[in-house]
Amino acid sequence: MVDNDTRVDFYRQMVRIRAYEAALQANYHADKTPQWDIGAGLIPGEMHLAAGQEPVAVGLCANLVKDDAITGPHRPHHLALAKGVDINKMTAEIYGRDTGLCHGKGGHMHLFDPEQHFSCSGIIAEGMPVAVGQALAFSRKGTDNVAVAVAGEGAANQGAFHEALNLAAMWKLPVVFIIEDNDWAISVARDTATPIKDGSLRGTAYGMPSQRVEGNDVEMIYEACKTAVERARAGGGPTLLEIHTVRMWGHFEGDAQAYRGDELNEANERDPIPAYEKRLLSAGLLTEDQAAQIKAEAEAEVQAAIDFATSSPEPKPSDAYLHVFA
Amino acid sequence: MTATIDAGTRRVTTAKAISEGIAQEMRANPDVFVMGEDVGPYGGIFGSTGGLFEEFGSTRIIDTPISETGFIGAGIGAAVEGMRPVVELMFVDFFGVCFDQIYNHMAKIHYESGGNVKVPMVLMTAVGGGYSDAAQHSQCLWATFAHMPGMKVVAPSNPYDAKGLMISAIRDDNPVVFMFHKGVMGLPWMAKNPRSIGPVPEEEYTVPIGKAAIAHEGSDVTVVSLSISVQHCLDVAEELEGTTSVEVIDLRSVVPLDRETILASVAKTGKLVIVDEDYKSFGLSGEIVATIADKDPSLLKAPVERVCYPDVPVPYARVLEYEALPTRDKIKAAIAKVTA
Repeated sequence: MVDNDTRVDFYRQMVRIRAYEAALQANYHADKTPQWDIGAGLIPGEMHLAAGQEPVAVGLCANLVKDDAITGPHRPHHLALAKGVDINKMTAEIYGRDTGLCHGKGGHMHLFDPEQHFSCSGIIAEGMPVAVGQALAFSRKGTDNVAVAVAGEGAANQGAFHEALNLAAMWKLPVVFIIEDNDWAISVARDTATPIKDGSLRGTAYGMPSQRVEGNDVEMIYEACKTAVERARAGGGPTLLEIHTVRMWGHFEGDAQAYRGDELNEANERDPIPAYEKRLLSAGLLTEDQAAQIKAEAEAEVQAAIDFATSSPEPKPSDAYLHVFA
Repeated sequence: MTATIDAGTRRVTTAKAISEGIAQEMRANPDVFVMGEDVGPYGGIFGSTGGLFEEFGSTRIIDTPISETGFIGAGIGAAVEGMRPVVELMFVDFFGVCFDQIYNHMAKIHYESGGNVKVPMVLMTAVGGGYSDAAQHSQCLWATFAHMPGMKVVAPSNPYDAKGLMISAIRDDNPVVFMFHKGVMGLPWMAKNPRSIGPVPEEEYTVPIGKAAIAHEGSDVTVVSLSISVQHCLDVAEELEGTTSVEVIDLRSVVPLDRETILASVAKTGKLVIVDEDYKSFGLSGEIVATIADKDPSLLKAPVERVCYPDVPVPYARVLEYEALPTRDKIKAAIAKVTA
């Protein structure tokens, strides 16, 4: 069971992630004027934000330690923040600064933090075999660390997903596969791409314990991940969790989402953070004042990270030639 | 330059030299392991892992399912966490099912991470034709890999280099694509040039990656080649001794490409023949010509001759395949033409 302090902490972390995504969204669009240009502004390029998916990151990472690994997808900020990636360095990376995690070489889809064993890949499902290899290394080195591969429901139709599951099950490796089912692969609805309602059946097909988690509830997600992580840590092999979550915003910023119709309104009504806040308020675990303070603190931390990023130097142009080889 | 230490008198096949190099590194470093299809009790379809399973067992010599994306990706993950995997892609032609792991992950992670994450991994793979294995099992493709930044690409021509380059590859902190031509492995079940069996020291040694060898010194013409084609070039160079003085450069690696050695030799001879079993257009031979054009086109006293695989898929029938392959006769004709 989740204790009361942990509940408030879950809330705090989700609010922090949302504050981060909201600030990036505002700043991303702020200087793409007068004519919207994806490559313009202080944050150039594609931007995939994870509003609505905070419960997955928070519920998962509450079960992980620093030396556990995560490979994330193209939509990685919630996972990185929950895993403990330094918010200043991560923001500086997204702003393309020399002080960034990757000295401005990676950008928002390619965040690498070896200290937290965090990485992500912009290629759908292709981070999943890498997590299998991290788990293989953990197991060969005799640690009890766990590797987690996170991908969207669209990724579960990609070959790399199936190959990763098969290998991890065959070798009984400490991997947790998390599918974030946010109902949409860009504009393609889950129902038109995946013929089964319950994607966890695919894990069963590879001989591993599997579960679909409905509700986008941070506590239920935490419990499901706890079981999976503990099993992996104890040598019990991999687990597949398909977690039904929600994509509240566009696939990328600038996505008009005409394809969603009324579903978009419904999705925003499924915002997990006000719902959880209400629960904590009615349970007497949180007051309105405390909630406001938590939000203010999160916004201040995010603003400080953005200030760090925007006051950091850009990389030297000639640094483009560094780091091809070690 | 080829031999940095006395090679001694023991003669082994290239396959044996490779597996011996891997075994010695595995004894020295518990982080080294091997995985791939049929690398276990079978010993590798082309013998590159012969005897390893018997010594190291199934935890370090791992037979994988037919799942190249899965196990190459797993190699990357293990390397990121500090191990030194040697991963075999059975035929290079199979890269089509797993290239995302190779060029978008293995090759790019170090750069994308701003140098914070290393991928010390060897991707070992069989290349080349000449035995009627047709279009999907006979290509060389080193230029395809070399075109993508972030991977070293080596292709030995003989047992001595194969062992020394493999040990260097395993110790390298970068991903190294180790491309062995089936024809140089010295396999008992495939016709071979006697050069595929040669002197190899029993002890460990390295051959540096990125340094070409002058395999045969000469002054009339420079012949640049790599992998099995070096064997043909050496046969021709020896045959022409007394009439034409042929300098054969064995590149040993495509990335890094030893441009200095090529330029120095062409500066001496003024004549250039390139012999490359990979496809002709948009590849290694063009890059070599560009290297000279960039530096000083006046080094060349005659037009360059390229004996490369023509821009056609590899055909099956022997008569068709040998029409396309670089052969001794074609190399001789090219040398005659540039020195005429």
